[in-house]
Amino acid sequence: MSVSVDAPLLSVRDLHKTFATRHGRMTVLNGVAFDLAAGSTLALVGESGSGKTTTARLILRLAAADRGSVEFDGTDWLALPRRELDRRRREVGVVFQDPATSLDPRLTIGEIVAEPLAIHAIGSRAGRREKAADLVASVGLPASALARHPSELSGGQRQRVAIARALATEPRLVVLDEPVSALDVSVRSQILNVLRSLQKDTPSRPAYLFIGHDLSVVRWIADRTAVMYMGRIVEEAATAALFSSPRHPYTALLLASRPRETPGPRAAPRPYLGEPPSPAAPPSGCPFHPRCTSVRPVCSQEVPALVAGPAEGGRSVACHAPLGGD
Amino acid sequence: MSGAAAPLLSVRALTIAVPGPSGEEVSAVDGVSFDVDAGEIVALVGESGCGKTLTSLALVDLLPPPVHMASGDVFFEGRDVQALSAREKERLRGGGIGLVFQEPASALDPVRTIGSELAAVVARHRGFARAAAESEAERWLKRVALPDPARQMRAYPYQLSGGMRQRALLALALAGGPRLLVADEPTAALDVTVQAQILDLLLALRQEFALAILLVTHDLAVVAEAADRVLVMYAGEIVESAPAPELFSRPRHPYTRALLAARPGLAAVGAGRLTALEGSVPEPGKRPPGCAFEPRCEEAFGRCAAARPTLVPSGALSEAACFLLDEPPGARLR
Repeated sequence: MSVSVDAPLLSVRDLHKTFATRHGRMTVLNGVAFDLAAGSTLALVGESGSGKTTTARLILRLAAADRGSVEFDGTDWLALPRRELDRRRREVGVVFQDPATSLDPRLTIGEIVAEPLAIHAIGSRAGRREKAADLVASVGLPASALARHPSELSGGQRQRVAIARALATEPRLVVLDEPVSALDVSVRSQILNVLRSLQKDTPSRPAYLFIGHDLSVVRWIADRTAVMYMGRIVEEAATAALFSSPRHPYTALLLASRPRETPGPRAAPRPYLGEPPSPAAPPSGCPFHPRCTSVRPVCSQEVPALVAGPAEGGRSVACHAPLGGD
Repeated sequence: MSGAAAPLLSVRALTIAVPGPSGEEVSAVDGVSFDVDAGEIVALVGESGCGKTLTSLALVDLLPPPVHMASGDVFFEGRDVQALSAREKERLRGGGIGLVFQEPASALDPVRTIGSELAAVVARHRGFARAAAESEAERWLKRVALPDPARQMRAYPYQLSGGMRQRALLALALAGGPRLLVADEPTAALDVTVQAQILDLLLALRQEFALAILLVTHDLAVVAEAADRVLVMYAGEIVESAPAPELFSRPRHPYTRALLAARPGLAAVGAGRLTALEGSVPEPGKRPPGCAFEPRCEEAFGRCAAARPTLVPSGALSEAACFLLDEPPGARLR
């Protein structure tokens, strides 16, 4: 299948997902849509329960969507039959938050990194060993790490192993679910540097779907950022534009709740922050309206659609009264 | 009893022994001394494995055996904590010193309602009768801004969100009327919005009750947000101590400088690389003979590998353990 150069690598449309709970059906995703360009990084941010991880799980096909589509590299990804999917899983890598639980403790680092190659029967045994050694070197680990077990490594080293493994099959997309949240500040920068340089230097130029709640990390790593709130994308824009001039009041609230980098008085008093409502009892209209400081009558009645503004470098906002304009 | 000028908490030459790789005892915390005054928020910062959490556990005699305090003293309100009877230590925990840890999910009793656990604390530490303890418990849930406190009194921990559990835990730590709160990574597992509210709450409680807080964290943004004074730990020792504004504007120890420089928030959008601190903290027992930070230090020079620097004054209210402090610039021999 041929794809024009401008087509995004990943195109997510109208994703819906509900879960059954003791309190009835709970809507976790309510029409999520975004694009991810080849070789670039899109961050999904938002509070716990906003649907970030569920979105990733649907894309990884670890759970089934109720409705919606995911087009990956020209393929209707959610429609792939199981056998075909298993064959093509090599095209999508994944790194989870906690490297302590995501690596098999019985295998050596060399085996862990080479395993995806073996599963997909890529290369000879010797070739796979060589490739694993290259990968381990590319994430900045010494060759001596190959013979070790995960328990012998630090948290930061284990996360390097998880990244090497995710990249083993030269995927075009890597889902990074809070990959540095469990790490110390010093190690965090090391891992972020590794991710950045691998994206640039790996021939397959993987695109990253980066799920994070630390906005200072997102600001550095992501080309574009999508803000999620109660199962919807409420704003999506180039990262620099989103951080310098948020249009959705929720984006502004997230930015205002960031801790300061240095002590001293705040530039502006902190706004009312509140907490997200229970997803079991979502508010009417715009789901953010009970916490919104610039709420209008229409906000409690109609759900605002995610619309792209003109001449904004492709920024989309779902708000009846966006900030910084009328 | 303590005089007016005595600090609320005084830690002197605290040394904590842990089992080493080949069975022998090694020091995970080595000669740590610091004070916390009433109403003061002191942050204890450093990477994982620096001894922050062990230090905070030693304050209330909760080190998990075989880890133990090998030497040193802890004085709380002028009293030697180690000399207290088992019963007095029980009273100290929750009564004099409140404790909040990172994982609110595991710190609450899963089979008790929030109200019953909280009322029990009030009854135990403040001698309230049952009905009075319950209304005092509810008052605390309200004070920590838990929505609908009357209903949450009857809730079980699993019914609360992460942010609500952390508030409930804070109420639990404070309901016994402590003068010092030890908070170990109290906001690490929380969303930014909730984190901001918990920090604001801690600052308000300090104001209201002259509560002192020892804030144990690796997150410098949390330190910037809340701390009056900062203690930087590395490999079981305090390597720098300074008022928070001074520590951020004029860090004197290279380790402090490296931690500050590694904050991703400082990098420009689209910047090529983040400043990273390479290497890792030496494990207890594998500490190099000279300055423990020397192998990772970009400013190390001749003396650093050979001798151990001690804390020396680096300002009116600050100290640091680094040979750079007594070397005039340019006089270093590599």
